[in-house]
Amino acid sequence: MRYLSPLLAAALTILVGYALFSALGRDPLAALHAFFVRPVSTANGVAELLLKASPLMMIATGLALGFRANVWNIGAEGQLILGAICGGGVALHLEGAASGWGLALMVVAGALGGMAWAAIPAFLRTRFNASEILTSLMLTYVAALLLSYLVHGPWRDPQGFNFPQSRMFDDALLFPLLVEGTRLNASFLLALAVVAAGWVFVHKSFLGYQMRVAGLADAAARYAGFSATRTVWIGMLAGGGAAGLAGLAEVAGPIGQLTPSISPGYGFAAIIVAFVGRLNPVGCALASLLMSLLYLGGEQAQMELRLPAAITGLFQGMLLFFLLGADVLINFRVRALRRAGPAAASAGQAA
Amino acid sequence: MQGAAAAAPPRLSLRGIRKAYPAVVANDGIDLDVAPGEIHAVLGENGAGKSTLMKIIYGVVQPDAGAIRWEGRPVAIASPHAARALGIGMVFQHFSLFETLTVTQNVALALDGARDLAALARRIAEVSQRYGLPLDPRRLVHSLSVGERQRVEIVRCLLQAPRLLILDEPTSVLTPQAVQRLFETLRQLAAEGCSILYISHKLDEIKALCTGATVLRAGRVTGTCDPRRETASSMARMMIGRDLPVCAHAAAAPGGEPRLVLAGLARAADDPFGTDLDGIDLAVHAGEIVGIAGVSGNGQQELLRAVSGETPLGAPLAVQLLGAGVGRMHPGRRRKLGLGFVPEERLGRGAVPHMSLAENALLTAHRAGGMVRAGLVRARRATAFARDCIERFAVKCGGPGAAARSLSGGNLQKFIVGREILQAPKVLVVAQPTWGVDVGAATFIRQALIDLRKRGTAILVISEELDELFEICDRIAVIAQGRLSPARPTRETSVEEIGVWMSGLWPGARAAGAPAGGTGGATATQA
Repeated sequence: MRYLSPLLAAALTILVGYALFSALGRDPLAALHAFFVRPVSTANGVAELLLKASPLMMIATGLALGFRANVWNIGAEGQLILGAICGGGVALHLEGAASGWGLALMVVAGALGGMAWAAIPAFLRTRFNASEILTSLMLTYVAALLLSYLVHGPWRDPQGFNFPQSRMFDDALLFPLLVEGTRLNASFLLALAVVAAGWVFVHKSFLGYQMRVAGLADAAARYAGFSATRTVWIGMLAGGGAAGLAGLAEVAGPIGQLTPSISPGYGFAAIIVAFVGRLNPVGCALASLLMSLLYLGGEQAQMELRLPAAITGLFQGMLLFFLLGADVLINFRVRALRRAGPAAASAGQAA
Repeated sequence: MQGAAAAAPPRLSLRGIRKAYPAVVANDGIDLDVAPGEIHAVLGENGAGKSTLMKIIYGVVQPDAGAIRWEGRPVAIASPHAARALGIGMVFQHFSLFETLTVTQNVALALDGARDLAALARRIAEVSQRYGLPLDPRRLVHSLSVGERQRVEIVRCLLQAPRLLILDEPTSVLTPQAVQRLFETLRQLAAEGCSILYISHKLDEIKALCTGATVLRAGRVTGTCDPRRETASSMARMMIGRDLPVCAHAAAAPGGEPRLVLAGLARAADDPFGTDLDGIDLAVHAGEIVGIAGVSGNGQQELLRAVSGETPLGAPLAVQLLGAGVGRMHPGRRRKLGLGFVPEERLGRGAVPHMSLAENALLTAHRAGGMVRAGLVRARRATAFARDCIERFAVKCGGPGAAARSLSGGNLQKFIVGREILQAPKVLVVAQPTWGVDVGAATFIRQALIDLRKRGTAILVISEELDELFEICDRIAVIAQGRLSPARPTRETSVEEIGVWMSGLWPGARAAGAPAGGTGGATATQA
């Protein structure tokens, strides 16, 4: 049942999508076709699907490690931005001096940037017991403003007609394309590597086992002497590092420069991906394909059906809503409560 | 009503009750009759089907087959609500009280519909007075001792004027003196016509209290008897199908070096309802078993956590392990030095419920078993360790892959004790080694501890069961209100003396305040 509920949720999402399109006066079957099938009916479409799935699967895998241990990093979006800033900053400073190791340096800088941003909530949680849910989320907005400041100010392209964006990175500092004629680049392989590493960590490593214990039975982890502090740090840094990588991959991939908005909410969508993927790295990879399809379908729906951009968020929301609903109803039974009189009556007799 | 016992139909009559779960038939053709005013014992090992049967009577689960008659009429008990409407009350082993509410508020929550709290408080006072269960309705539950909390549960049932009261292991939290008071209350209730179903595995209590008994083994009735005419060993034979095993126990070899030393251990409780530890001194030597008796809630939890390292202390020397001050170390480092620890909660602390036994072996035995190499888990080693533990400690389960939560309490306890013993600890700390464990498994666990002692391990046992401590310990100390009495050689003390000490009244004890725990009210009223 546990592995069936994502499928159930996807089916319900499509069903409600059908009703929604009907209510909006569109032909529902044609609309669903445009939303879910047309985006992937060309080779280029499939490449786009994988391109958009890459950051999602990276971040979701990283977040899942923490979620399994009840470490709730909600701020992957901000960590993604910091990864882009740090990796992109390296790229801007390597201008002209680019060589083979330049991209590797950017990858490291991106991951470290995301980790550094995630380290703040981790520190606040372990030192002051501040909820990482709130602190990591709030830091997302700080990160967005920091990026905005950099591209409006110090890092703005002098030849950019005052547009708030940095110079384009050197071609040598971008991920090489995997398929010519598409935008799919080598960061997809990086994403697969992250998933593989995540799988080994979760299923084979002793640290992953300790984090699983911490998530399932906190008292047992304490009893066995597994450090709760370390659990929080690893959980936060895994999510932060993965998000930082994803941010770097965006700016060193399809975007090619720093702009004020570099992610259509990948950091938040990855939370949904992690849960649809059952907090399992391989599941996250599969779920990221579904989420990526929702992004593409949303764009298609804007163009073909002339629906607002909110349609993407709507479908994402429905998917998570139905998934959580299905999980609750699989584990619990709803029962109507009656206020019956007999017990009160017999209590009355006692007096 | 008393005299009508023979003529009237039984208060409760079960015929052919069957309940099967996917893996096991919990009840198979159970017949049970309880006469009005009878105190009827239900005896059986853990896993014999007692709990399932009580849940059926109380409407928590539905039987697959069989008939229930209540005062002669056939009934179906669909829910605890329906059970209460019939006049069935149940006092559970684990209390369900809200600590931050008063006694009256707690009772009102159970009696849905009770709005007038002042009137309810008067009724609580009345009923508790009448049955010799002194209780102040205005007190907050967290300030009550365990014994008093049990009274709240009993009074809560009595307010509903039950005609059948079910008590599940009610004496495990009481001092010997408080047990006697409870028995008087139960006898009074029975004399007024209330039938009582008394679930226990303590044979001498059943002999003292009950007038009838139904013995269960492996889901079937293996006999009924009048406990007053049986001996403890004859009932044990019915219960486990053979004679009661006795632990072989020689006197401790003196002169072992002190391995676990507590020196002036003090710690304020984190929990507002916890107990502060105050100047605890104790030495446990190689090759001896030291027991700590006491009514629950007197600092046992806090002491255990301080010794295990789950709540580290500020002073390193307050806990010394093999001569090293470990007070500030976390549990992992203490384990590395040779500390083994069996906590009282099995599921969720001693074992992860959703994980397999192999994965649970990894929890603490990863060092001794060589189960981790280069940061990766060697699953085969963990499985082999779990299989070894299952075989050596006769754990009944579906193998190393079985989830911990699928085991019965006694079998999981055997697994956890086995896991700790197989690591050959230098010091072993065990809390409630046989709590809720059936007689056969309990004897097995006690014998395993004694064998470990013979191999030179220093063992500290914290238990609320005095008989158990007297059976296995070389020395016994008592914890009361966060303070520890001196340890007495078992052979030089008696249950009576330790019982008095459990109220905090040992020679040289500071005469501060009222003694804590369940004894508080009980001894005060006896005095």
